[in-house]
Amino acid sequence: MAGASIKEMDPEHGVAYVREAPIEALPPPASERGALGWLRANFFATPLDAALSVVLLLLLAWIVPPLLDFLLFNAVWTGKDREACLVGPDRPEVGACWAFVRDRFAYFIYGSYPVAERWRVDIFFAMLAIGIVWLLKLNAPRRDLGAFYFFVIVPIVSYILLNGSEMLGLRRVDTAVWGGMLVTIVVAWVGIVVSLPAGILLALGRRSRMPAVKLFSVIFIEFVRGVPLITVLFMASVMLPLFVPEQWSPDKLLRALVGIALFASAYMAEVVRAGLQAIPKGQYEGAMAVGLSYSQMMRLIILPQALRVTIPNIVNSYIALFKDTTLVFIVGIFDFLKAIEAARIDPIWSTPVTSTTGYAFAAIVYFILCYLMSAYAKNMEARLAVADKR
Amino acid sequence: MSVVPGSDPPKVSPLYDPKVRSIAYQVVLCIVIAFLVYAAVSNAAENLARARIASGFGFWDVTAGFDISQTLIYYSPQTSTYGRAFWVGLLNTLLVAGLGIVFATILGFIIGIARLSRNYLVSRIAAGYVELIRNLPLLLQLLFWYNAVLRALPDVRSSLAVPGGVLLNNRGLFLPEITFHRGGTALLAAFVLAILAAIGFYVWARRRQAATGQQAPVFWVALGCLVGFPLLVLLTGQLSVAVAYPELGRFNIRGGVEILPEFVALLFGLVVYTAAFIAEVVRAGILAVSRGQTEAAHALGLRQGPTLRLIVIPQAMRVIVPPLTNQYLNLTKNSTLAVAIGYPDLVQVFTGTVLNQTGQAVEVVVITMAVYLVISLATSLLMNVYNARMALVER
Repeated sequence: MAGASIKEMDPEHGVAYVREAPIEALPPPASERGALGWLRANFFATPLDAALSVVLLLLLAWIVPPLLDFLLFNAVWTGKDREACLVGPDRPEVGACWAFVRDRFAYFIYGSYPVAERWRVDIFFAMLAIGIVWLLKLNAPRRDLGAFYFFVIVPIVSYILLNGSEMLGLRRVDTAVWGGMLVTIVVAWVGIVVSLPAGILLALGRRSRMPAVKLFSVIFIEFVRGVPLITVLFMASVMLPLFVPEQWSPDKLLRALVGIALFASAYMAEVVRAGLQAIPKGQYEGAMAVGLSYSQMMRLIILPQALRVTIPNIVNSYIALFKDTTLVFIVGIFDFLKAIEAARIDPIWSTPVTSTTGYAFAAIVYFILCYLMSAYAKNMEARLAVADKR
Repeated sequence: MSVVPGSDPPKVSPLYDPKVRSIAYQVVLCIVIAFLVYAAVSNAAENLARARIASGFGFWDVTAGFDISQTLIYYSPQTSTYGRAFWVGLLNTLLVAGLGIVFATILGFIIGIARLSRNYLVSRIAAGYVELIRNLPLLLQLLFWYNAVLRALPDVRSSLAVPGGVLLNNRGLFLPEITFHRGGTALLAAFVLAILAAIGFYVWARRRQAATGQQAPVFWVALGCLVGFPLLVLLTGQLSVAVAYPELGRFNIRGGVEILPEFVALLFGLVVYTAAFIAEVVRAGILAVSRGQTEAAHALGLRQGPTLRLIVIPQAMRVIVPPLTNQYLNLTKNSTLAVAIGYPDLVQVFTGTVLNQTGQAVEVVVITMAVYLVISLATSLLMNVYNARMALVER
């Protein structure tokens, strides 16, 4: 408040004691600035905070050094068999037995796929990688072609490639010898490729005005979402062979793929439905007003917008699907985790640290893959948020 | 088709009439589904006949003849039936799911709130926990806890002694067993009485606060009741309790309550996994409460604790509860992974052993699915009721 106005307010007593000019602001206290201030604000704001910080620091000091010792400093990197990873006179402490992972690496990737034919798996991985990059890079050219490549060309080519074809001179490789990362990727990828279109159809069906279509979609979605994946896999592996004529009886891997595809489609349908619901009604009405048919309206107006806002959720459900692929292990499919399980109890490498090493390796692989996917989802979410602000 | 008043509806060929088309689509769909069902059923009948498997639920009353490692109700391999085995498995599932839900909720809320802490260390560690756990498959985690941690524990003779008479070794967790010789009912009565007294005091305190504005230390009084009443029973000498501590025998452990390592691993794994998801649900719920609410509470002079407890959490619950129940369902469904580490849950006992022994694939899988479906549908029904009650009433 300015001095002059106070004088006017109280002319009798005068306001000589009131400053005419504001005093200079004090500099912020030293404890609030710089590293010290940051520490205070973030670690020791209150006594409780300080106590928590100390306890957690002690906890970290208790966990992190032994963990690093195990994973890195005491780890064994080279060796031919279990002798390398046993406690000996020259090695009092044995950490992770990475020599075991190196020795079995090819087994983790290909399972028992014939060594001479493994180049086919490599080509499959390469084709998949190209498709993923093409689709995920938003500014890549001709992404519609990319989708066609990923959802149509790659499945056909890789089926011929992996399974073999006498006509093309490729030896037939039975799915029983497929294994390791190859199977994990195949299962996850079939789930992804089938679930997106099937999920879109089911989501449209659930929002359809045709009662029979709607009923069927709702029953399918709610039924599959209501039961655990294992029971779906059991159903696929023990009931599916009963439901088809004996000569058509699908092999084990195919049964598991059917189970995973059914399961993933139901979850994808709910994700897509959420996206469809986020589209304002005016978009539908506008599309109808310009005379578009139902399929034109969906293909040109609604789905492009709905899928765009759903991309983060779609990727998240792919992460869940990828983690869920480990369950095929229970119905006897030789996936990545099963390869680790089998290698870990192999007597050639049986040491006290082999199990932990195997699980640590599996954890690192799954973590990296899932983390990359979730980082992409977060990135997309941020992009969409920016796009919506404009 | 829109109709302009006063004019005839435009003539369209039935091929382009939306109504005709919609009926045609539905008829085709129904025929396709009916055909698939018919083909499946007739193939199944043929295949079953060829494999000489009698269909039907007759196996339910047949003696099972296999042992189950954990039974909450009486079960004997010689006399009990497959039906009994089903109930044993179901109860085991419900046990691990129930306990898992309780612990996962507690841990999840702590971590979710920790993620929003102003303390850098607390929030980073909580975030690191969530990221790590959510990005690893549950099956991998369960195998790790079971094979790499619990199986790697010392054997019986060199059991780890946890304070309180608890022993831990690769055969499981051994807790002291408490048996009441006398006064068990009195203790139970004291507990019930204490709970009733605490509720009564709470109601009285709420009424008084509404009328006069005076607050009462409800928490301390309730705690006093819960501790004091049973203590009174103890002091009057009405109680005689025998605690059987687990003791190391030569090859085995005698006395005490034995908890299977499979159960410990499954419960631990489910709690750790689900807590990470619950933490995210809680965090999202708290962030959904607008910042103005916290600021207004602070402006009224409420401290951090009461602000969270009285203002933020009750509003956040509206956002939290639906996804939270979803997580509870996920936990229940994920408990089926027990089959990978050999805990005798419904799937392991029924869809595993019973199916293998009887070969009644269709019946067994259908029953198992029906159980989980009933649990899911019942929960979502309750959820809808809750949502209807809690929906924001806008005036």
